[in-house]
Amino acid sequence: MNALMSYLDPRVTATPGSAGNELWALIYVFVIFAGVAVIVLSMNWLERKALAHFQIRLGPMRVGPHGLLQPIADALKLMTKEDIVPADADEVVFRFAPVIGLLAAFTVYIVIPFGPSQAVTDMNIGILFMLGVSSLGVLGIVTAGWSSNSHYPLIGALRSSAQIISYEVAMGLAVVSALLMTSLNAQGTGTLSMIGIVQAQQQQHIWFVFKFFPLGFIALIIFAIAMVAETNRAPFDLPEAESELTAGFHTEYSGLRWSLFMLAEYAAMIAVSSIAVTLWLGGWMHPFPNWLNGPTWEFIFSLFPGLTFGGLALIAFIGTARMPSHPYFKIQRAGLAIFAVFLGFLALLLLAIAVAGHANDASIAARCREGVDNIYWFMLKVAVFMYLFIWYRATWPRYRFDQLMKVGWKVLLPISLGVLIVTAIVGVIFG
Amino acid sequence: MIDSKTPDRKTIDGKTPELPNAVSSLATSNLDLEAPEKPYLDSNELVLNMGPQHPATHGVLRVILKLDGEKVMGTECVIGYLHRGVEKIAENRTYTMFNPYVDRMDYCAAVSNGLGYCEAVEKLLNVEAPPRAQYIRVILTELQRLASHQLWLGTHALDIGAMTPLFYTFRDREEILKIFEKYCGARLTTHAFRIGGCQYEIYPGFEKDVKNFLAFAPPKIDEYEALLTGNRIWLERTKNVGVISAKDAIALGVTGPVLRASGVKWDIRKAVPYENYSKFDFEIPVGANGDTYDRYLVRMEEMRQSLRIIEQAVNGIPEGPIMAKVPKLIKPAPGEIYHSIEAPKGELGYFIVSDGSTQPYRLRVRPPSFVNLQALDCMVRGALVADVVAVIGTFDIVLGEVDR
Repeated sequence: MNALMSYLDPRVTATPGSAGNELWALIYVFVIFAGVAVIVLSMNWLERKALAHFQIRLGPMRVGPHGLLQPIADALKLMTKEDIVPADADEVVFRFAPVIGLLAAFTVYIVIPFGPSQAVTDMNIGILFMLGVSSLGVLGIVTAGWSSNSHYPLIGALRSSAQIISYEVAMGLAVVSALLMTSLNAQGTGTLSMIGIVQAQQQQHIWFVFKFFPLGFIALIIFAIAMVAETNRAPFDLPEAESELTAGFHTEYSGLRWSLFMLAEYAAMIAVSSIAVTLWLGGWMHPFPNWLNGPTWEFIFSLFPGLTFGGLALIAFIGTARMPSHPYFKIQRAGLAIFAVFLGFLALLLLAIAVAGHANDASIAARCREGVDNIYWFMLKVAVFMYLFIWYRATWPRYRFDQLMKVGWKVLLPISLGVLIVTAIVGVIFG
Repeated sequence: MIDSKTPDRKTIDGKTPELPNAVSSLATSNLDLEAPEKPYLDSNELVLNMGPQHPATHGVLRVILKLDGEKVMGTECVIGYLHRGVEKIAENRTYTMFNPYVDRMDYCAAVSNGLGYCEAVEKLLNVEAPPRAQYIRVILTELQRLASHQLWLGTHALDIGAMTPLFYTFRDREEILKIFEKYCGARLTTHAFRIGGCQYEIYPGFEKDVKNFLAFAPPKIDEYEALLTGNRIWLERTKNVGVISAKDAIALGVTGPVLRASGVKWDIRKAVPYENYSKFDFEIPVGANGDTYDRYLVRMEEMRQSLRIIEQAVNGIPEGPIMAKVPKLIKPAPGEIYHSIEAPKGELGYFIVSDGSTQPYRLRVRPPSFVNLQALDCMVRGALVADVVAVIGTFDIVLGEVDR
C-alpha cells in the first residue's frame, strides 16, 4: 500500500540521477511535451504579431480572429507539404538531422524546475546536463548543413558550429560564477542541481542577479547575450542569415522536417531562458519573497495567475466588442468571443484554486495552488526573456562572422572570466 | 543600312561590327570556373552561385563568388536576366511612343528616367520646357529622389539584417507615391513628363500636399537615423566595408552617391546644371572614406537637401504654360545628342542618334547602376560573404536598369 501511495506522491525525489517517481515522471513528460508544443505554437503567433506591431503592420489577421489560428494553419500546411530530399544529399543523415536537434531541445526539459516538485527529475548534475544536452543541438545543425550537400547550408553549418562553441565558453563561465554563489552557505558546499540552485537563493534570501551587485547582474547579462548566440537568434542569426545564405543550414529542408527545426529553435529558446531564470532570477519564487511574505502576501500573489488570465480575457472581450459589425466578421467575432470565454473560464478556475488552496495548507487544493503559483512565476520570467528575443530581432542588424567571433572571445570571455574571479574573491571575503 | 542576314542588327558603314563573344569573355575573366575534378566539395575553395534567385541581390543579379572559407577571393557578375531590349525597342517606336518605356528601366525612380529622356529629346529638337513645367519637373524629380533613397535605405538595412527600417521607409515613401498618383494617376511607372513640358497641370491642392510632405518628412528621416546611424552593429557592419578610393571610383566611371562618398564633389545638378537647378540653393554632401557607412550618410544628407530644393521650388512655381511648342509628330533634324542628368543612383545619360525620321536611329542609355556595379569586384575582394551583400545593397542597383 505504501509503495502504491508513493507512486501517487507527486514530489520529485532527490535521489541522484534517477527519475524520482516513474509514474509521475511519465505524466510530467507528457504534460511538459504537450505544454512546450503549445507554447511554441503560441510563441510563433506572438512573435509574428509583436514583430508586426514593431514594424507598423498588423501581422496575421485572416486565419481566425487576429490570426489566432495562424500557427495551426501553418502547421497543417507544413505537414501536408512534400518532404523533399535533394538528389545528392546524404539521405539517412539528412532525414535524421532535424530529429537530433529536436531531441536535444526537448530532452533538457526533464531537469527544468518549474517548482520544487514540478520537475521530471532532480539530477544532482542538473545544470551540467542541461548545458551539455542543449549544446548537442548544434549537432543537428551541422549534420543538416553537411548532409544537404549544398553550399549555403554548408557555410551555415560551419558558422553555427564555430559560433556555438565560442559562446559556450563565456556562457559556461557565467554559469560557474552563479554556481559559486550557491556554495556561500554554512557548509560551504554548492550544488549543480537545478532545484538546489533555486533553493540556495531561497536560503540566502537573495536572487543571484542582485548578489554582490553588480557581479551577478553582469553574469546574467553575459549569459543573456550568449544564449541569443546559442539559439541562433538575431542579431546572431548567422547560420540562417536570410539575406546572405538564403536560409542557411535549412535551405534544402521543406515541410515537416523544416518545421522540426523551427520547433527545436523555439524549444531551445525557452530552455535557455529557463536556465537564466533558474540561476539568477529565483526560479519559481515570486518577487520580493523576503519582504512580501506571510499568508496575506501569499494569498495576494496566488491571485496573480487568475488575474493575468482575467486580463487576457478582458482584452479579448474588448477586441470582440471593437470588431466591425459587418456580417463578414460574424464568424471571427464568434471565434474571438469563444476564445475570451475560454480565457475567462481559465481565469475563474485559477482564482478558485487560489481561494480554495488558501484555506487549508495540506489539502490537494493547497498543493494545486502552490503548483500553479510556481509554474506561473517561472513562466512569467521566461516570458520576459522570450519577449526580449523578439525585441532584439526587431531592433538590431546582424553581426558579421568575424565580429561575432570578436565579441565572443575578446569581449564576453574576458568579462565573464573577470566576473568569475572577482566573485570567488568577494565570496571568500564576504561570504 | 540593313544587314540581310540579321535584319535587326545595325551596321556601321555597311559592315557588321564585331561583337565580343560571351563565352570567350567569361574564359578570360578573373574566375576559373572550370568544373572541379572531384564531384563533391573541395576543401580549398568554394564557388558559390549567389543569385539570380537570392533574397539580397535586388532582383535577378547573379554573382559568382569564389570563396576561401568565408573570404571572397573573386567575384563575377552575371547580368542580363531582366534584359528586355529597351534600346532596340526605341528604334521601332516614335520619340513620343518610347517615352513610357524609360519608366520601366529604373522602376524605383521612373520620374527621373522620364526627365532624362524628355530633356535629351528636347535638346535634340532645340526646345526648352517653359518655366512652370520646369518647376513641376524639379519638384517631382526631387520627390522621386527621396522615394528612391527611402527604398534603398529600407532594402539596404534589410540586407544587413535590420528588418524594421524597411517598413518605416515604405510607410513614408507611400506619401510621395500618393502625390504622384494624384498628379498623373500612376505610382511607380508614372510617365509624368512629356517632350516639351508636362502633360498635366498640377492638381488643385498640389502645393498643399507637397508642403505637408515637407513638414512630414524631416522627423521621419531623423527616425531612420535614430535607428541606424549610431547603432553599434550598423557601424561595425558598414564602416570600412567596401572601400573605394576616389581614384578608383573615377577610373571605373562610378557616379552618384557612391562617387561622392569617396570625396569627389561631382553632381550633375551643380556641375552641368539642367532644368532650373542653378536657381536653387543646395549643398552636395560628400564623404571622406568611401566606405559603406559614408555612402549611407551621403544619401541621408541628400534626402534632406532634396527637401530643401522642393521647398524652394514649391514656393516659387510661376504662372504660365506647361508645354513648349512642340510639333505633334516629332521629327528631329539628323544629328546626335548626349544628355545626362543626376538620377538618384548616379549619372543617367541618353545618347540619341537621329536620322531625321520619326524614330531614333539608335538610342543608348547610360544607366548609373550598370556602371556602378563594375566596382563590385574591387570593393569586395578579400572581404567576407556578408560584406558582398552589404556592398550590393550600398550600390542601390536596380536590375531593370542594369539589364534594360
